[in-house]
Amino acid sequence: MDKSYYNPRDLKKFGSITEWSEELGNKFFEYYGKVFEEGALTPREKSLIALAVAHTEQCPYCIDAYSQDGLQRGITKEEMMEAIHVGAAIKSGATLVHGVQMMNKVNKLEM
Amino acid sequence: MAVKSLKKRESELASTKRQLEILSNGIFQSGELPTFANKIKETNQFPLKPKKIEILQINVGYMCNQVCSHCHVDAGPDRKEIMTRETMQQCLDVIEKTGAHTLDLTGGAPEMNPHFRWFVEEASKIGVKDFIVRSNLTIIRANKKYYDLPEFFKKHNVHVVSSMPHWTRGKTDKQRGDGVFDKSIKALQELNAVGYGMPDSDLRLDLVYNPSGAFLPGDQAAMEKDFKKALLEDFGIQFHNLFAITNLPISRFLDYLIASENYEDYMYSLVEAFNPGAVANVMCTNTISVSWDGWLYDCDFNQMLDLKVASKVKHISEYNEEELHNRNIIISQHCYGCTAGAGSSCQGTVA
Repeated sequence: MDKSYYNPRDLKKFGSITEWSEELGNKFFEYYGKVFEEGALTPREKSLIALAVAHTEQCPYCIDAYSQDGLQRGITKEEMMEAIHVGAAIKSGATLVHGVQMMNKVNKLEM
Repeated sequence: MAVKSLKKRESELASTKRQLEILSNGIFQSGELPTFANKIKETNQFPLKPKKIEILQINVGYMCNQVCSHCHVDAGPDRKEIMTRETMQQCLDVIEKTGAHTLDLTGGAPEMNPHFRWFVEEASKIGVKDFIVRSNLTIIRANKKYYDLPEFFKKHNVHVVSSMPHWTRGKTDKQRGDGVFDKSIKALQELNAVGYGMPDSDLRLDLVYNPSGAFLPGDQAAMEKDFKKALLEDFGIQFHNLFAITNLPISRFLDYLIASENYEDYMYSLVEAFNPGAVANVMCTNTISVSWDGWLYDCDFNQMLDLKVASKVKHISEYNEEELHNRNIIISQHCYGCTAGAGSSCQGTVA
């Protein structure tokens, strides 16, 4: 076993997950491919969403994959960073909005 | 960005022998990745054979006013290899009798060859169906003596193909040098002004997109849409088609890949994206590349690796299409660059 949990080369082996569960693996990749096709959103817009989610999920494989995908699509660094800030804003907003729950609880308990 | 060619810097990679060693050693020697020959054997496409010659691509010299970081020619102001008028005359003799429908002049900056205008005038008299000049755009703004190039191109109905790595200044200048973006924009506006690239115009203006780094080009049609929108909205510029070209791992791009520790990952990307459908239409199957000193090659990349055609006929002075048709195309691992994804050629994607 490797001494590290993450190895960049493992991303290239992603497809091998079908080996231990062919039907589910194939269904996943078919779904994945379909999701990123041109639809109401362009593949370019989807790539930026994927990049933002890759960061909020803190998935190093996804970050590698969608940084490269963005470059291939001509997406600029500024656009990529803005997308990540959207993810970060939602992530921190999601934390802070729970502050209302905390305030509710405190207000209920305090005399 | 480098300001001198690998040759001038006396870099190890100025040696084509060294480049070919690198491309055959390491991950390809160990069997971690299949060699290009073995890969095309899997689909019964080995040996790679030529079809009818359709394109005669002539490199009139390696001198250039730019020193782009990805340049496979290792071109620059310090390169002195320039096609003589005598060799140009030999090319004209071939153009007259060839069945090829496209003449493609490239460099360096072809306009810097002192016999360039004479050559274009003589070649256009012969009447080639598609007469391409690959212009780097900035040459048009480099010196007063080039200011009239748009009119000159128009007079001879030249099809202009120009490089443009991105529609933003930052990405363009990083690859091609400071100030290149602004000059390129001005040059494109001047080409538009004489009619080049306009929607219904017969004066063809196409752009070439090379990725500005260790990644493959995205979908050509989608990139063209983005380029057209951005250049029109920001600068009022119009053009016809965008050709997305993959950077091949040779010369200055190979130097960059190694220095930035991207070489192995890039080769992995190329091999993973291998498309047998692209092999059938790869440009070496319908092109002959001629160097500044008249030698014949399967493509411009083989020219830069000094891999002359494997034929009895090796020089423009002894050009014979029947004889050339019998040859096998010389391949190495750089060929993966032309067969990745939708394929890549001087005319863009091929699959």
